[in-house]
Formats: sequence, structure tokens, C-alpha cells
Amino acid sequence: MKLWNRYSGLILPVLVVAALAVWPVITGKPANRESAFTILKAVALASSLNILLGYTGYVSFGHIVFYGFGGYVGIFLLTEKGWSLWTAILAGGAASGILAFLLGSAILRLRGAYFALATIGVNEAMRAFINNFELFGGPTGITLNFSVYRDFGGAAHALQTSFYIGAGLALLALLLSYIVRTSKFGLGLLAIRENEDAAEVMGVVAPRAKTWAYVLSAIIPGMVGVLFFFKNGNVEPHDAFPLHASIELLVMVMLGGQGTVLGPILGAFAYQGMRGYLVTSPIFKDIQLSVSGALLLMIVLFIPAGAIGWLRHRVPPLRRVLA
Amino acid sequence: MKRSLFSIFTVLVLMGLILSACGPGATEAPAPVEPAAPAATEAPVEEQPAATEAPAMVEKTVVIGFTSSLTGSQEVSSKRQVNGLNLWMQQVNDAGGIKLSDGTVVKFAAQTYDDESNKERVQELYTRLITEDNADFLISPYSSGLTAAASIIAEQNGKIMITAGAAEDDAYKTGNTSLFQLYTPGSLYLISTVDMLKTLDPEAKVAIVHENDKFSTAVVEGLKPYLESHGFETVLEEGYASDTADFGPVINKIVESGATVLLGGGHYPDGSTFARQLYERKAGLKFVSLLVAPADSKFPELGDAALGVATSSQWELVATHTPEEAAVLGKEWYGPTGEDFAAAYEAMTGDKPTYHVAGGYTAGLVLQKAIEDADSIDPEKVKAALEAMDIFTFYGGIKFDTSPEAHGLQVSHQMVVAQWQKNDAGELVRQVIWPADVATADPLYPIPAPQ
Amino acid sequence: MQQINILLASLPDGILLGFVYGLAAMGLTLIWGVMNVINLSHGPIIALGMFGTFFLFTRLNLNPYAGLIPVAIMGLLLGVLIYVIAVHRVINAPHLSSLLATFSVNMIIIGLGTAVLTTSPYNVDFSAGSFKLGSATLLGTRLIAALVAMLFTGGLYLFLYRTRPGKFIRAVANNRSAAELMGVPSTRILALSFGLGTMLAAVSGALIATFFPFNILSGGSYELKSFVIGVLGGLGNPIGALFGGLILGMIEGIIPAFLEQSWVPVIEFGLFVLILLVRPSGLFGAKK
Repeated sequence: MKLWNRYSGLILPVLVVAALAVWPVITGKPANRESAFTILKAVALASSLNILLGYTGYVSFGHIVFYGFGGYVGIFLLTEKGWSLWTAILAGGAASGILAFLLGSAILRLRGAYFALATIGVNEAMRAFINNFELFGGPTGITLNFSVYRDFGGAAHALQTSFYIGAGLALLALLLSYIVRTSKFGLGLLAIRENEDAAEVMGVVAPRAKTWAYVLSAIIPGMVGVLFFFKNGNVEPHDAFPLHASIELLVMVMLGGQGTVLGPILGAFAYQGMRGYLVTSPIFKDIQLSVSGALLLMIVLFIPAGAIGWLRHRVPPLRRVLA
Repeated sequence: MKRSLFSIFTVLVLMGLILSACGPGATEAPAPVEPAAPAATEAPVEEQPAATEAPAMVEKTVVIGFTSSLTGSQEVSSKRQVNGLNLWMQQVNDAGGIKLSDGTVVKFAAQTYDDESNKERVQELYTRLITEDNADFLISPYSSGLTAAASIIAEQNGKIMITAGAAEDDAYKTGNTSLFQLYTPGSLYLISTVDMLKTLDPEAKVAIVHENDKFSTAVVEGLKPYLESHGFETVLEEGYASDTADFGPVINKIVESGATVLLGGGHYPDGSTFARQLYERKAGLKFVSLLVAPADSKFPELGDAALGVATSSQWELVATHTPEEAAVLGKEWYGPTGEDFAAAYEAMTGDKPTYHVAGGYTAGLVLQKAIEDADSIDPEKVKAALEAMDIFTFYGGIKFDTSPEAHGLQVSHQMVVAQWQKNDAGELVRQVIWPADVATADPLYPIPAPQ
Repeated sequence: MQQINILLASLPDGILLGFVYGLAAMGLTLIWGVMNVINLSHGPIIALGMFGTFFLFTRLNLNPYAGLIPVAIMGLLLGVLIYVIAVHRVINAPHLSSLLATFSVNMIIIGLGTAVLTTSPYNVDFSAGSFKLGSATLLGTRLIAALVAMLFTGGLYLFLYRTRPGKFIRAVANNRSAAELMGVPSTRILALSFGLGTMLAAVSGALIATFFPFNILSGGSYELKSFVIGVLGGLGNPIGALFGGLILGMIEGIIPAFLEQSWVPVIEFGLFVLILLVRPSGLFGAKK
């Protein structure tokens, strides 16, 4: 019971992710596995973004740059340097973390919409640069040889393994999100979100805290990038830095409720599930984007705190569980 | 109060969507999406046992799965490819399907989704096609990039995938064993164009300006050494982004480089824009060959800008392959003649077939032939039949590389060079200008300067 | 020497285009200046302007330049509509809300547009001739487009500084609560400003359609350019946007002479981030 009280905010998120990981295993259907992978990927990315967006209050419109950059570095090491998948994933995460550190000390000085614009610029500049960067294959990117799957016992097993790693990364992302949220460091971030100047007066070293929040929010996207492109078989600039995917991440965080641990998870789940359904539905197939847009608009206008924020506000007893 | 009611409503909608999102996978298989193929209407009928027929007859519906780009950058060519495939399916089903020696009658149904020209969705959709819709055989999406992603799913599930619009070579050199390519590989695309230039104007100065994507880059990589070995001088080589709208700076560079011949292009949207601006800016080139765009029947919408623009074509109706040709080569002829195919296609869509249509149609035809040869729909037997295949159709020769290094690469099919010229009535028509033995017109060289 | 020739050929073109880019950016930056909202539906509205020209030209045989008037009116009304439905409620909310609200408008337009118009390329087959200026070939459509862009800039300037609603707009941009105290109907003025911003976007789209092919997704790249220009000229400074557009146009004319064209976006966006960092108020200074 004591444990329950202490970690009650963590239980629900872990359960959701665990259910997602187990669902395809129980049903035994690879199609469910693919859907679950897409959702888990979104969970990992959205939870990471939430550290910056939800806790610190900085709106990044180009967060996908870390996913693409980390992915590129990892796949490059995997194919050209013969690194194993595990080390490549770690290297991809590290590369994104370093990029975030370097970028963060510069662009986190900007506030509000200026920061949002700068992140768009960074993403577009990076994509255009990789497009011209011959070491990473320029515009045609890098294609994996099927032999890399051999270590995993063939492509089929490799995809299964990728799924488990993806579930692991999603779990890691939410643990990180929870730890940050409940730590003193996280409290400092929340203070920055509410009022950056006041936070500084209260003794939060804002530039340092922001930079670390940025780095923490970048590492897992980098790792997810490596995994996704490994599973996908190739990586191209166009797929690595899709601006719209950045915005979709914002939508997910917003949908579930920014600044909560569970929110981004539910948001990712709802958004990806909805899109997956609409895309293959005969009625909505053609206007799925409009339906998503209209739904988003309603949420922004009428429940800006997102589903979790709304529930917390309306049903106080849930506040303990819905961290 | 009103506001909170609305909030509750919104949350309910959200919850409903969450439920519906996990619904399909968790509970039961969704009702199959109505296939786009005309053959679809027949599918339900086939499900019922054919009790009135001879008892030995067992009908089996084979599901062919593919995604197509109903939206996005590959839309124009992708739709043509699907039209071709649908025509084949309609014909084979109308003819009563394929009859195997054990009395099974094989009919076909299509299962398809929109991939939005987006690689991210392709893998999920192909997995869904295989596992939920139980597709027996796969056709590739259109374009090399999308096919590369889809091929991994085909490979891991051991599903055969006939690739139509996927010319880039590298996808077949990744240790794949399930891909079978119909198009002449990208690296050979412009070979015959260079051969033609050699006879027309060995002194030509070449500018290579191409879209920065997998396919066009593969074409250029194959083109460069061939140009060099034939003694041509390449005065400019440059790539442009797929969504380029303003070719002005590039055209200025071409003009300043002193090039007389332009080889390049990419896909439909960029290629048609490029051609239009070359004309508007009076680039004054003697010869222009662009990939893909001029092979489409929409190209003459450019008006005079289309005049003289050439392309490498996988197939042209005016130079369609014939049974006589097959006889000369000593190869087995299979399928309808080009004229019959074109007439059927025009009856269905009111449009003349392009090589993308022919590619889609032949993808089905090759599968049909393989099933007949294998006398089975067992994937391993069909695969063996595909590997042994060496036939000739209206679309040309079909034979696949069987070496482990480049399994499935097309080794028999040959391309022609086609050019937009004016006929006696002053209408733009696409003529075949090379190779000389199948040419329907002389090359228009140099292209007349715009007034 | 060859480089100089390419430069001479490409630079005039780039400058003419720059005026049109500047016009599009002016719409974005006007909205930002008045209500601190970055309009993420800017791109699709540019695309709608393109289609406006297309349908007026192909269906009604209206000259594309005469067609600018109905396109402008439609753009204005559409903007007011978007403001009332999507923006007004979140005007005082944190940035994220207004960004997402306008982005959802973007999704709705793109979704409907894709369903109705597909994503095939469209062309307005209209030519206003071309003529030689030294070694450069100038297209008539671009020259006229640049002139129209200048006209609209002048018109906007006169409107903002010489008319009563224009002065109200400037007052609201300067200090909304103070303007309200002075009796300025701020809601109506905000809606009008948003409408003017989308009108400029639609008009620039209508002009672009006369020389480039387009589809419903085409607006996206001009939206990104508008961001770059807005920052170059100073966000919230409509006249600065015109100069920002000229700079961008010149960059696009100059770079291909020395590098492959694919380096243009690297330099554009690199410059964009750099200017945000060292001089976020833009090269020409913003009001804030």
C-alpha cells in the first residue's frame, strides 16, 4: 500500500505501455505488432518532447530533428562501420544529446514563438544539409543490406526484436519523464515554465536547467530514430526530418495533457490510433486530415489542458493517480 | 454550464476514438475495404460454393495486395500503374479465371490502401495487407523509395512482390529473394539515348540535371560512365530538390555552361515544370531528354513546350512488341497484343495507355503466367516459376536475374526512346525515335527554337 | 567569368520573385505584429489563392490580374472567418494554443483540398511574354507580379497610416488594452487584421500561380520562406518584410552561381537561425 501511494503516478503509464507491448504477443498478429510499434514510437517521442514542452514550457516545432539526426548517425555506424545495433542505438542517442547540448546553449535564450521558429529553422537547415552531405549518402540516404538482419535470425526475427526494443525505449522514456517530473530538477523546470524570471530569483539556474531538459528530451528520440530506420531498412533526408511529424508530436502531447506523465502517452495512443483507423477507413480515408484537424481544434479551443489535465481538474481524487 | 457540457462531449468523442482505434485489431478483423478494382463486385459471388457447376470445380480467390499513392508526389504515375493492374484483373476474372489441373479455378481480388506517397505508412500498410487481409501476392507501390520500404515486409513474410514502378537497382542488391522487377533497371535507362546521340551528334555537350532522389540518381550513376566511354563531354552536373518550382537559376546555369543537350529530370511534377520553364526561357538546347514526365499522356498539356522533349520509355504503343519479334528471338509469347491491350484500356478509362499502365498490367500478367506454369498458388512453386520465366509479351522480354547478388533484377526487358513531335495535323504525338529498327519517326534534332 | 554571367542572369529574376515572397511574408508578419499569433495556416491559404486564380482563369476566362480582386476579397473573408472560429478564443492563451489552433485550420484545409483537388500539379497556362535584359531573360508574368506586390505594399502602407481602421490596427498592435480604453473595437480590428494578413497571402499565391505549377500542398514551402523573411525583416514589421523578401530573392539568385542549387535551403535556414540568435528583432528592427 505504501508502494502504491508512493509510485501511484507511475503505475498507470507503465500499465498502458506494458499492455501495448503485450497486445501483439497475445494476439500473435504481426499487423497488431506494427500498429503497436507505431504507437510505442509515438509514446517515446511524445514523452520525450513533454520534458521540454510540458515541464519547461518551451514549444519546440522541430523536435524531430533529434530523431532524424540520431537515426542517421546510428545507421551510418551500423552500415559503414559495422557497429552492432545496440551500440548504434546508444551512439544515436548520444549524438542527439550532444547536438541538443550545443544547440540548446544557443537557442534556448530565445523565448516563446521565437524559440518555436528557431527550432523549425534548425530542422529545415539540418535536412537541407544532410541532403548535401555525401558521407550520409546525400539525397538518396543509406540503405541497409539484408545481411544485417542475419545476426537476429532473419528479417522476421529482427522485426520482432525491434518491437521489443521499441517497447523498452517507450518504457525508458516514460521512466525518464516520471523521474524528471518528481525530482527537484523537475520542480525547477516547472518553475521556469510558470515564470522564468521568478524562477531565477528563487535560485533556479535557468540556462543550465533548460539545457539539460533539452538534452534529456533529445536522447530517446535519437535512439528511436536508429531503431526505426533499422527496422525500415533505409533512411533518407525526407523521411528523417519531416516537419509535420514534429507538429503531430505537439498535438499528441496537447491531446493527452502537457506536463503530465500519462498525458503524452494517452495522446500518442489516441492520435496514432485515430490516424491508423481513419487512413484505412473507407468513409474518412479522403478527409482524414480534416477530421484530425477539426478534432484538434476542438481540443485546443475547449479543453486546452488536454484529457488528463481536464480529468485532474474535474475529478480531484484522480490527481494522485494521474500524475 | 454549456461549456462544460461541450467539454464532456469532446472527451467522449476522444474516448470513442481511442476505443475504435484499438477496436479493429483487438476484437475482430475489420470488414475488408471495398477494393477499388472493377473486379471487386464479383468477389462476394465467388465466396459461395459453385454448387451448380461440376463438383470438381473449386473456386479460389487470390488476394493481390498493394498500396498506391492516391495523394502525394507520386500520384500521377501511381494511379496509371493501378489502372493497368485493375484492367488485367478484370480481364482475367471475366475470362473465368485461371484453371489449374487439379480443378481449382483461380480468380483475383485486389486489396489496396493509399500510402500518401509516404514511406512511413508503407510498411504498416503492407504488414496489414499480408496479415489482416491475407494477401497472397503483392505488387509494389509506385517509385523506388516506397518499394524499398515495402520490400522488407515482403521479404520477412516470404511474400512474392512483383515490382512495377521501381527501377532503381540497389533495392535488388540487398540480399532480397522475393522481389521480381519488371522495369529495365535505372542504371540502364539512358543507355539507348546515348547510343542515339552518338549517331546524331557526337560533338554534343551534355548537361545532366536531375531530381535528387533514389531513382534519378541511380539513372545518372549509370549514365555518367557510359557518356564518358562514348567520348561525350559533360559540362554540368547538378541535382535539384523534388519539390523545386523555380528552375530559373538551373536553366541559367545550363545556358552558361554551353551545353547543347540536356539529360535528366526525375518524376512527373518536377519534369513537367522543368520542360515548361526551359521553353519559356528559350534555353535553346538541341535535345532534351527527361525521365518519366514526358512519358505521361498529360504531358502535351504543356503545349508547344512539349515539342521535341524526349524520354526513355519502358513501353510505347506505337512500338509495341509483337509475337513475330518473339519468334525471331526464339522466346515464348504470352498475353494479349499491344493493340488489344490498348483498346481494352481505352474502353475502360477513355485514355491511351502509357508505360506506367503497361507496367501495372504486365505485373498481373507475369503473376498469371507464373501461376499457370507452377500449376499452383503455392508461393514457393510460383517463385520457382518466376525464377525460371523467360517470356516475351507486348511489353517486351521478361526474365529475372537469379544470382544471389542481384536476385530479381530485370535482365531481358529493353527500353525505347520516345519524343513529342507534331503530326501532319499539327497535334503533339509521342513518336518512337530509337532504336532505329522499331522507330516510327526520325529524331527531331535539333529542337526548333520557339518563336 | 561564367559565374558572373550566371549571376547577372539569375539576380534580376531573384529580385522580382523576392517582391512576391515579401508580399506573402507581409501577411504573416502583419498578423504577428498585431496579435502575436504565428499563423500556421498561412501556407494552405497561399495555395487557396493559387487555386482561386486557376479556377477564375480556366472556368471564367478571367485575366489572372483581374482575378486578383475576387481572390483578395475571398482571402479577406476567409481570414475573418478563421479568426472568428479558430483564433479569437485563444488570442490570450499561451503561444502553443494559437499555434495549434491555426495548425488545425491548416490540416482542415489541406485535408479537404486533397480530397477535392487531389495533389496533382496544376498550371495556369498564362504568358505575358518575355524579354531580354542583357544576358538575362525576364518573364513578363514575374515583372507584373513584382509590380503588383509593390502596389499592394503601397496600399497597405497607406491603409495603415492614412485611414481610420488602419490607425486602429496600429493602435491595437501597439497596446491592445490601451486601445480598448480609447474606444477601439478591438475584436473587430483583430479580425480585420487577420483578414488582411490572409488576403496578402492569398494574393501572393494568386501571383505565384501565374508562373509556377502548384497543388494544395505547395503553400508549405512559401510558408517556410515567409518565416525566414519575417525574421529577416523583423517580425511584426510589414514593410521590413518586403526588404526581407528582396534579400531572400537575391540569395536565391546569387547562390546557384557558386554552389549547387541544393545548398540554397541550407544557407537560407542557417541564416534564419543565426539572425534569430544574434538579432531577433530582424535586420530592419521590429516594433517590439
